[in-house]
Amino acid sequence: MTAGALEALGGDVTFPRLLARNARTLGDRVALREKEFGIWQSFTWREYQAHVRDFSLGLVGLGLKRGDKVAIIGDNRPEWVWSEIAAQAAGAASIGIYQDSNLTEVAYVIDHCDASVVVAEDQEQVDKILEMLEKLPKVRHVVYTDPRGLRKYDHPALLSFEAVEEIGRNLAKEKPGLYDENVAQASADDVAIICYTSGTTGNPKGAMLSYRNLLSMALALDEVDPKLRDDEFVSFLPLAWIGEQMMSLSAALAKGFTVNFPEEPDTVTENIREIGPNVMFAPPRVWESLNSTVQVKIMDTTPFKRFMYERCMPIGRKVADLRFAKKPVPLALRLLYGLAHVLLFRALKDRLGMSHLRSASTGGAALGPDVFRFFHAMGVPLKQIYGQTEISGISCIHREGDIAFHSVGKPIPGTELRIAENGEILSRSPSVFLGYYKNEEATRSTLEGGWLHSGDAGYMSEEGHLVVIDRLKDVMKLADGTQFSPQFIENRLKFSPYVKEAVVVGKDRPYLTAMLCIDMGVVGKWAERNKISYTTYTDLSAKPEVYDLVQREVDEVNETLPAAARIHKFVLLYKELDADDEELTRTRKVRRVFVEDRYRDVIVALYGEAPEVRIDTTIKFQDGKVSRIRTTLLVRRLAPGKAA
Amino acid sequence: MALLEASGIFLSFRGVSALTDVGLAVAPGTIHAIVGPNGAGKTSFLNCISGVYRPQRGTIRFAGKDLTKVAPSARTALGIARTFQNIALFRGMTVLDNLLIGRHVHQKTGVLAGAAYFGPGKREEIAHREIVEDVIDFLEIQHVRKKVVGTLAYGLQKRVELARALALDPKLLLLDEPMAGMNAEEKEDMARFIVEMNEERGTTIMMIEHDMGVVMELSTRVTVLNFGERIADGTPDEVKRNRQVQDAYLGDQHDLEVDG
Repeated sequence: MTAGALEALGGDVTFPRLLARNARTLGDRVALREKEFGIWQSFTWREYQAHVRDFSLGLVGLGLKRGDKVAIIGDNRPEWVWSEIAAQAAGAASIGIYQDSNLTEVAYVIDHCDASVVVAEDQEQVDKILEMLEKLPKVRHVVYTDPRGLRKYDHPALLSFEAVEEIGRNLAKEKPGLYDENVAQASADDVAIICYTSGTTGNPKGAMLSYRNLLSMALALDEVDPKLRDDEFVSFLPLAWIGEQMMSLSAALAKGFTVNFPEEPDTVTENIREIGPNVMFAPPRVWESLNSTVQVKIMDTTPFKRFMYERCMPIGRKVADLRFAKKPVPLALRLLYGLAHVLLFRALKDRLGMSHLRSASTGGAALGPDVFRFFHAMGVPLKQIYGQTEISGISCIHREGDIAFHSVGKPIPGTELRIAENGEILSRSPSVFLGYYKNEEATRSTLEGGWLHSGDAGYMSEEGHLVVIDRLKDVMKLADGTQFSPQFIENRLKFSPYVKEAVVVGKDRPYLTAMLCIDMGVVGKWAERNKISYTTYTDLSAKPEVYDLVQREVDEVNETLPAAARIHKFVLLYKELDADDEELTRTRKVRRVFVEDRYRDVIVALYGEAPEVRIDTTIKFQDGKVSRIRTTLLVRRLAPGKAA
Repeated sequence: MALLEASGIFLSFRGVSALTDVGLAVAPGTIHAIVGPNGAGKTSFLNCISGVYRPQRGTIRFAGKDLTKVAPSARTALGIARTFQNIALFRGMTVLDNLLIGRHVHQKTGVLAGAAYFGPGKREEIAHREIVEDVIDFLEIQHVRKKVVGTLAYGLQKRVELARALALDPKLLLLDEPMAGMNAEEKEDMARFIVEMNEERGTTIMMIEHDMGVVMELSTRVTVLNFGERIADGTPDEVKRNRQVQDAYLGDQHDLEVDG
């Protein structure tokens, strides 16, 4: 496929046209499903198209012009996607707003995007908008889809989804060809959606994405991670998010698979199990919570089931590890795995609704290797993806049989990747956005030199995988100019069950060092099993055996790091970092500057020659008591060069 | 015409009189609250209406029909449903089954037809399930549909009990302290459901409630009982200004001007 080619779609290069194509060719196949009143209610492609047509003409009847904007806010429901394509069919762009946004956020986006119509799901969302309506002079109509509780509202701007469809049906009687004319007018380079990105600083920015952007990304991804027409997908992440747009709209329209909407946000897990999706895309927290749910349930289950779990899981892990290392799996192990599949994995996957899962991906943040291994062990081929809103969601993904925990895989077809001088990840593809809405300056700086500047720092590994380090602004430099991201390394270290907290030091210094806090519970158990006696946290931390244990973990992390940014020395701190000591924020993030100052003696020792450092300090307990600690900290040297 | 009309109700237990000449009229489509200090006879009065107690004297008319001699189960069939102060659900059964049981009074086919799950029995069960699902959706308990009631949190159980009463599709719903023991958030939810039941489904509601804020906010009409007698009846504002009510709640020596 050539870059940006949408030939595969045969000229149907906008969402409304793809919908028309599907209504024509897939007709009575199920396009959307929503669970309501305890039953999965289906909508065929034809019905999908009919709703979109009626609502679209209704919007036209209400005075929506080409180039206008329609904002949509609510949970994932068929009406959400109908509204989006209806707006697009009328030549307007659609803007999704996160349903849990507060009043000011909602008002900012609606006002900034110049929306003249807002489609709001229910009373909760309608209330938000009506409350702010005085400050939103451009909004002319507020359309609700769920009438519950809105009976007594008589605001002139307010009308129901059905009422708009009714206006549309009447207009269709007057001008029967109008919808098709409208659809025919749009081209691949029109703005389809404006996706507001949650800025960590300042107001959110609206990334304008064209049909070409969205569809070329979906098609390119499909080449390396194919979706089939018979696939089932459960849409449970906010439709305002680019990832959900990609799956539930771009990919679903292009490939014609079925999108299922859960009954309520509370019933998602149950609904996933009922559907048994073939394709699943979720951020790490979803995978993590599935993993921990299983762990907890196993602890509470019958001894027999626990016994089976404890026998079968290591087999799965062993097979997964061999596959990760791209080594052949011996026949005996294969047979054992087959047995484990019958005895455990099949049932486990069924419980999680993953029996049919063929394409599973995680993106947005790093996912720990243990969780990754867990899913691969039971035969769920989880892949890491990477991308940003400005590139229509995705630029990199793991390939089948080429999965590495620490990387985000290789670029998808049609995407070029480059690492800039300063370490920033740059990308170029037909999916790179048109620019930020009403923000020339940000557009210019983001697209400088024709490349999309991600703001992320990263590097290409030897296998040609992209490794994302951190946000560029959080990256630091060693004295010789080598870049490193303390947070990236700290996160890797904390993936070890023995390490509770980690602080990596090295800014403007010759090499990297780390101050680590052991996890008392886990290390304590380990010590008991290995017959190592200890008294307090301080005592346990100082055991040479514990140092050996942690060193193995650090060595392992070192192997995944570039040679220049490996950890040379570490100490195990005599106490846990604590928010009460102001070492951590309340959200448990390390307060770097404060910690580096507080432990400056330790840091001096880390960069000196002494094998140990004497500590004489006081610590504060939660009840305000103060205690004096006198101890000796060992400094453990590593040989990071040789680890490679 | 009032949906429910009670007049001259006398109820006593072996000489201890619980209700003395109590009467009230509940207009259709309203939320009617009964308030009063502990032991005022509120629950006794509710029990007279639902048929648990039979008053020694007085008449109760529901939709023009004399209820005085009608058995509790038959009252349910007429369209009166209730919830209890202490949750009265089948704890070992699922939410769905609890609600379906609530529908049994409307069951027309026999035991055998139902058991065979065939023909009319099947059609009827589907119809009942539809009504029940509608209530589940209305009270937002989809996520616990198949959970066993005993495992649910207290606030949710209260909601399930309300759902069961609502599944009867009652004309009059009697709620005995629907918010007792709930936290602020659960109370808010419950208040919303009560208002929505009233507005969306047009259910007439008669409730006993101690939380005065809730009562004054939700009710169209309030009846105040004290020591088994009716001491006031009117709109929330009228009741608030009533001297006798102030006495009952604050003691009769108060000299302060009470407003609200």
